[in-house]
Amino acid sequence: MQRIQLSTIAGFGMLILTLMPACGDARGDTAVNVLMCDGKTSIEVKPAETADEGKAIADSLMAQWRQNNPGANWEADVRRSHPRVPRPHDNQELMGDGQGPGHTYGAFTADDLALWERETYRTVLEGARIFHSHKELGSTIAVSCDMCHPDAANTHPETYPKYQVQMGRVVLLRDMINWCLEHPVRSKPISPDDPRMRAMESYILAERSGTPLRYGKH
Amino acid sequence: MPRIPHIKSLETRHEESRVAVLRGLENLGRRDFLKVAAASFGAAATMNLRTPHSYQPVKIDPGNGAAPFRFAYISDSHLYDREVNERFVRSLLRAVDDINAQDPAPDFVLFGGDLAQLGQTSELKLGAQILGALKAPVKMMVGEHDWYLDMGEAWRERFGADRYSFDHKGVHFVVLNSVLEADFWTARKLSPMERMLTVAGLDNGAQNPFTVGDEQRAWLAQDLAEVDKKTPLVVFSHSPLYKLYKPWNFWTDDAEEVQALLRPFEAVSVIHGHTHQLLTQRIEHLNFHGMLSTAWPWPYAPQGLPEITVQMNRPNPFNPLDGCGTGQVHVHADGLVDKIYDLWNRNPITVSKVFTSSGGKSDRPPATTKKSY
Ligand code: HEC
Repeated sequence: MQRIQLSTIAGFGMLILTLMPACGDARGDTAVNVLMCDGKTSIEVKPAETADEGKAIADSLMAQWRQNNPGANWEADVRRSHPRVPRPHDNQELMGDGQGPGHTYGAFTADDLALWERETYRTVLEGARIFHSHKELGSTIAVSCDMCHPDAANTHPETYPKYQVQMGRVVLLRDMINWCLEHPVRSKPISPDDPRMRAMESYILAERSGTPLRYGKH
Repeated sequence: MPRIPHIKSLETRHEESRVAVLRGLENLGRRDFLKVAAASFGAAATMNLRTPHSYQPVKIDPGNGAAPFRFAYISDSHLYDREVNERFVRSLLRAVDDINAQDPAPDFVLFGGDLAQLGQTSELKLGAQILGALKAPVKMMVGEHDWYLDMGEAWRERFGADRYSFDHKGVHFVVLNSVLEADFWTARKLSPMERMLTVAGLDNGAQNPFTVGDEQRAWLAQDLAEVDKKTPLVVFSHSPLYKLYKPWNFWTDDAEEVQALLRPFEAVSVIHGHTHQLLTQRIEHLNFHGMLSTAWPWPYAPQGLPEITVQMNRPNPFNPLDGCGTGQVHVHADGLVDKIYDLWNRNPITVSKVFTSSGGKSDRPPATTKKSY
């Protein structure tokens, strides 16, 4: 995931500021050009004397970088916009000795659980982002899924597989996602392996967590 | 403006012949009416339609000389520029044609808000051009999609005040701006378009609940102070003036305060947009009715649906116009209203004053077997 790496780099970027002398212009001896580790973002400042001043420089660099890299903070944005997306199961019951050493299910640590939860939740958030973005969906009419399915309402993932009369066959959730993608959204269907499809399926299923499966239901 | 060539669909033609029959029925006396109603019931039954109810005339002779009247509405067209999305443009054109075809014409047409999708001047202009083809006078109401790009500046410049009142045939009408949110954008340094896009997401939680607000409630109190409590009152608001489901702003945060101002009046109906669905609520003697959208239907909220609401059938994803439409409001001499949902592709559904006044016990509209879940 490109974006996540970028935001991580951005985080470290604040720490690794390269201080370079300003290139001999008329602004006086004290001006310095601060370049961020992306090699592109820079500002010209008086050298920082206190820690607060230094932080202010880093902050404004970061703000500038954000402006040039919209979407880098996507995960926080999606969390803020969709705070109701249910979190994954936390698996706390796996903690403890279980049946003792040697058993796989006795050996997981809090770090393992945190990793699973973070990565799973992140996939779901990525799905939420795509579901809500007509650009990511490639809509030719600026329509995204949430316009008809707020919080993924009426997507009923728990009812698949089922016979879809209009398609004349038994379909899976992804087939109906593709159908809506092609028709109300007026984009092109995507491959079942497409990362966007996997993410959207994840989000739709997450939104319905707790609902019993009932395949075939209309 | 060049019109998109309009070929009448099967549904439109069906609708026209149905309207013609209804108009004829209105002019009949009661005995004839019963005969014709029975005949139309029979006709509907032979056509295998299970909802003969909607074939009955809804305008009732009050018998006291007062003139009941009818107005129509169009709501939630969510227009993008034509090059971006032609489907929504076509839908609004169809709505205008449908209402222009009503004979007799409605006394006026309410536009229920969300004319534009992203509040852009070009979207509002396109909407104004299309609505300009309506033969009846138009009353405009603002929605959040019209407001949050420039805080209503372009809308007000084009359509005037965002709240006002007027009197028509003995009824006092009030139009409110119920989509005022507390500032969530300044602290986060959002651009006007970022603010607009946030509010434009129905399920976007990074915003605040809708309100009418202190200042506007004071205005409303003053406006109503001059009106006799026996005068029928009809209020237009974009969001429902009650609390249904907060996460989607099917909600007005100061609803109780607004209701308190309306309660002293004997006959009160609130007609709202935003929810894009058949929606009915009754709180004490106050009646609330939702409007359909011309652009798309919303699912029912997962919680908080009023008990009295008879749900409309789930929309068919294979038909983008299904679940959309326009509507009419028949105001009776006693000031109570019948709310008609003119669903495209379906029989219209009437939520009558008898149904609401009886708390949902009598004159129940046909209910669907396919409830939302
Ligand atoms: C213009 C409106 C509209 C848009 C946009 C839209 N859909 Fe749908 N979709 C519908 C309607 C209406 C249904 C039927 C809902 C019902 O049965 O209650 C539906 C059904 C579905 C279903 C099947 C639900 C079931 O009951 O089996 C899925 C899954 C779905 N949509 C996913 C999506 C996805 C993913 C997107 C975005 C790529 C999307 N939809 C965009 C209108 C839309």
